[in-house]
Amino acid sequence: MLRFLFTRLSLIVPTFLGIVFIAFILIHLVPGDPVEVRMGERGIAPARHAQLLHEMGLDRPLYAQFASYVGEVLHGDLGTSLITHRPVLDEFLDLFPATLELAIYATLFAVLIGLPAGMLAAMRRGSAFDHVVMGVSVSGSSLPIFVWGLLLILTFSVNLHWTPVSGRIDLDYDFDTVTGFMTIDSLLSDQEGAFASALGHLILPAIVLGTIPLAIIARMTRSAMLEVLGEDYIRTARAKGLGSFRVIAIHALRNAMIPVVTVIGLQVGTLMGGAILTETIFSWPGVGKWLVESIRRRDYPALQGGMLLIASLVMAVNLLVDLLYGVLNPRIRRR
Amino acid sequence: MAEEALPRTEAAIARPLSPAGEVWLFMRKDAGAMAGLAVIAFVLLCAVLAEAIAPHSPIEQFRDHFLQPPVWQKGGSWEFPFGTDDVGRCILSRLIYGARLSLVIGTIVVTLSLALGIAFGLVSGFFRGLPDIAIMRFMDILLTVPSLLLAIVVVAILGPGLPNAMIAIAITYVPHYARLARASVLTELSKDYVVASRVAGAGTLRLMLATVLPNCVAPLVVQATLSFGSAIIDAAALGFLGLGARAPTPEWGTMLADALKFLESAPWVVILPCVAIFVTVLAFTLMGNGLRDALDPKLKH
Repeated sequence: MLRFLFTRLSLIVPTFLGIVFIAFILIHLVPGDPVEVRMGERGIAPARHAQLLHEMGLDRPLYAQFASYVGEVLHGDLGTSLITHRPVLDEFLDLFPATLELAIYATLFAVLIGLPAGMLAAMRRGSAFDHVVMGVSVSGSSLPIFVWGLLLILTFSVNLHWTPVSGRIDLDYDFDTVTGFMTIDSLLSDQEGAFASALGHLILPAIVLGTIPLAIIARMTRSAMLEVLGEDYIRTARAKGLGSFRVIAIHALRNAMIPVVTVIGLQVGTLMGGAILTETIFSWPGVGKWLVESIRRRDYPALQGGMLLIASLVMAVNLLVDLLYGVLNPRIRRR
Repeated sequence: MAEEALPRTEAAIARPLSPAGEVWLFMRKDAGAMAGLAVIAFVLLCAVLAEAIAPHSPIEQFRDHFLQPPVWQKGGSWEFPFGTDDVGRCILSRLIYGARLSLVIGTIVVTLSLALGIAFGLVSGFFRGLPDIAIMRFMDILLTVPSLLLAIVVVAILGPGLPNAMIAIAITYVPHYARLARASVLTELSKDYVVASRVAGAGTLRLMLATVLPNCVAPLVVQATLSFGSAIIDAAALGFLGLGARAPTPEWGTMLADALKFLESAPWVVILPCVAIFVTVLAFTLMGNGLRDALDPKLKH
């Protein structure tokens, strides 16, 4: 187990450096050097330009610049936003709870519906229910996030007036940020209707963001379940006379869950990518919307830092999933 | 009856099915794949005949017809069967020309990513060791960045616009093809026919392209069909974010770029492009799933 842990951990060093490298070259590949980017349209005298380049260390060879960039990143310095002049890391951390809250509810939605649906579909293979689950699963992954979001807003916000169109909570409510999660902070604030308002704002974006993971989880659960149900030990358990609930819930589920847990964990990339579109459609003040605004405002340091942080997050979660997989499935550790 | 059936059987025995024929035989029974194929054929027809069937030019603005509803709604007319948008452009014509654009996007993105992916996969599989490690590590790194974010970063570097958006999307697909190609190459390399070919004196390039590659095609074809649909989604997503095709280009996602403004007043401006994207992408997904089942029955569940 220790060796397994060690090999997996050692793999993240080059991956992380690679991510930092992509972020690093991003700034060097965008049109104009960082000084020009910072000056914007105003222009700058050539002498002052050269002086600034020197002050910022940008006249050094690329490998030296990369080395110092790695050093800055490891010290948590991701540069300063060109628009707000605040550190990129602070901006990101301010907005990240909103994205995290959305992603957590989206995952809950996907798991709470996808898991039972996939299990039932496998148990009733070939039934009408199975066909419906597979049909929804195929359509769910073909439905672009922005199309799905627009259609839901049109139905539930515009026509039925059930949910608000945008934001995280009604402006009437005002309370301190404790956790950064509106659904928790609104409960802590004891203001009447605040929680309902937060939940009402959250529900459509969470469904939109959770639909692709839902489709993937349902399909994965179904095929993992089908595979396990065909194993000899299930036949043995049935032959012993165990009730079908016991066979499914205790014998089959445990092994079927191994690939499913992995797939759930691997959705973090899908969620972060999907958050960019979901947050833009619903004006959800998270990092996804911030990234889109950053590129529109040519705020390259923000884009660079945001990409670096999100990719590192995905990498970290993937590593955790990998390790968890080793814990759940002892056979993998020997490889 | 029996006399009629007999010659047909003989013919079938005499002439074995070609691989494509075999796949077709399988696919024909798959209702989903057939429906997908029908939709794709329809979209293709629209794309090819756009000039002939579109009632208007996709970019012409009819100043007396701003936001005219489609024909089935009050105030609609047959002049603009699907209504008009906020600057008086015919939505039906834009959708028809958009079909052409979507197929072009899919073709270019898939070709570009397939070519790069196969090249990386072949090099990785043939020259194990350092090139393999370097290439596959690089692919892993690209995979840790969510694909839409990676596409946005590439667009930030290259600048917005449809051609750059297509390049950006193609780059995000390369790792999938490279992994798939490498895995197939490794499987094929251990087989006897490759060894035989090598013993017979075939050079590396010949082994790569003429011996091994043709036998790795099946999974790549399936992936290509599936990512054709994803390419349409991703290009539309970039267009929607204002980073892909620019107005007045009739790209389906770009048509939705300021959709939020019209949700209340003119929902048809939003719904019709949404339906076009969904139906087309679903068709490619169904077709891809059908191909996968036909090419590799083992995977079927």
